This record gives sequence, structure tokens and C-alpha cells, in this order.
Amino acid sequence: MEMLIDIVLFSMMVATALAIVRLRSLFAVVMLAGVFSLLSALLLVTLDAVDVAFTEAAVGAGISTVLMLSTLALTSRSEQPSAKAGLTPLLVVLVTGAALVYGTLDMPSFGDPNAPATTHVAPDYLERSQHEIGVPNVVTAILASYRGFDTLGETGVVFTAGIGVLLLISGLRRRRRQKGEEE
Amino acid sequence: MIRHHLILRVVTKLLIGPIMLFALYVQFHGDYSPGGGFQAGVIMAVAFIIYGVVFGLATVQQVLPPWLVHKLLALGVIIYAGTGFASLFLGYAYLDYGAFSPAHPEHGQHWGILAVELGVGITVTGVMVAVYYAFAARTPMLSDEDW
Repeated sequence: MEMLIDIVLFSMMVATALAIVRLRSLFAVVMLAGVFSLLSALLLVTLDAVDVAFTEAAVGAGISTVLMLSTLALTSRSEQPSAKAGLTPLLVVLVTGAALVYGTLDMPSFGDPNAPATTHVAPDYLERSQHEIGVPNVVTAILASYRGFDTLGETGVVFTAGIGVLLLISGLRRRRRQKGEEE
Repeated sequence: MIRHHLILRVVTKLLIGPIMLFALYVQFHGDYSPGGGFQAGVIMAVAFIIYGVVFGLATVQQVLPPWLVHKLLALGVIIYAGTGFASLFLGYAYLDYGAFSPAHPEHGQHWGILAVELGVGITVTGVMVAVYYAFAARTPMLSDEDW
């Protein structure tokens, strides 16, 4: 059953990606990118990574779509058709894809109890968090308590990114300078 | 204000309340269910952004003025870092939430996680809305045909 769901989701993602490549209307491309995000969120749900799926749906499908649309409003709404035949890009994509598939051959199989990711600190967190933190959602316990410093840094990064965008494109400085000139 | 898209405007007004409520649920129920500050912040920002998209930038900026958004950006980080300093002044390590309830360290952890998640949520909401304002303020409203 899970296999079937995976196959359906992946073929829908491939179809969406092909449509994105073929389309020239950037509005449709942005919408399809949102669809792609939602599909990958569903994929993460089947992997039981609900927290990540939640983030992907909210950020990837929600906010990025709105921001891409705002960017489209600033620039052009349709892609220029390229004159060259796309043989080199196809080659690059095929080689990269082959390298990635070759890379997965060495990976431990899904759910392998001896995989490095499940033998290092994960069992320790799972064992300790219930009586040390007492929070049922282990992801929250790790994120906000065990890794509190990391999350503080992450919040700092979000803050810095926001300030950077504000300084670059909101025109706060320009407005102030104009006010200064008027005075 | 542009007086068209009647269905969009009515549905948006109906949706904004539940969206904000859901954001608060994700924010404060993050200990028990998927979600937390990051997701809740984005969802809360979406409530404002959808209002701006449908009703125009000027309308949403009456509800949430840009200067307030800029303060929110910093407020979240201050809440997070302040929680750390609070535990520091109570004689514990930085961000050691056990400080808030020495007799029951578990309760202290709950308080600490709630506080820092609130900080994260406020910063993320602020950043998302600020970025949307920054983009939207640069373009005049496009007519439907232009899309």
C-alpha cells in the first residue's frame, strides 16, 4: 500500500516538474511549484516526518508562492523562449541524476536499525526526553530544549535575513533621505 | 480599494479567523502535536498576507503597521535570548529551563519551551510579513488582465 502511494506521489511530482519545464507562463510555473511543494509534503507525511511536512506545506507551498508572485509582479510574467536546443542541460541533468542514484546505493535501507542516524544520539534523546523534559513531541523537546542554542542561532538567522531584505528592497533609507532633502 | 472578486473577499474574511486560531493552536500545542514556533509564525503571517493580497497593502497596513512589524522582528529574538538570561540570573546555565521551577524541573522545561517557541513564532511572523510588505510596496496593484 505504501509502495503504491509512493509511486503515485513520485509520478505526480515528475509530471509537475515536466509541466514546469514546458510552460512559458511564469504564473502557472509558480502555482505548479506550489503543487510540487504540497506533493513533497505528502511524501514526508508517508515517511512519518510530520513536523517537516508541516513546514514544507506552510513555507514551500504557502509563503514562497506568495513571494514568487510578488516577484513576478516586479518583473516579467512570461519566460523568454530560448533559441538554443537544450542538449547540454539535458546531459548535465542526466549525469547529475545518475551520480545521485549511484550515491543512494551506499545508503542504509529505509528504517534500518543499524543506520548511523539511528544509532548515535537518537536513542539517547528518545530514552531521556520523556522523563527529563516530559513533552510528548520529541521533536519539540530536542528543538527547544536539548538544542536550544541551535534554535536561538536559527532565530537569529531568520531575524538577520528579514533585516537584510528590509534594508535591500523596502526603500526605508531612500524615504528617509527624501525626507531629509525636503527639510 | 478595488471592488471586485466578491467571492474571494467573503471567503477570505471567513478564513482569516480560523487561520489565526490554527496558528495559535500550532504555537501553543507544539509540545503535544506536530508544529511549533516556526510553523505557527508562518501560518500567522499567512493570515495577514492573505488579507493584504485580497484587500490591498494599505488596508492590511492599517491593521498591522510596518513600524510594528519591525519591532516584532526584534521582539521575538529578545524573548528567546531573554529566557536564557532569566535562567542565567536564577543561577542556572544559559537556557537551562529547569531554573523556572527548581522543585519540578519538568514544569520548568514546559515554561521554557513555551517562552522560546513564542519568541521564535513572533520573529518568524514579523520576518514573513516584513518581507511581504517590502515586496508588495514596490509594485502598484496589477490588473487581472496583466497576469
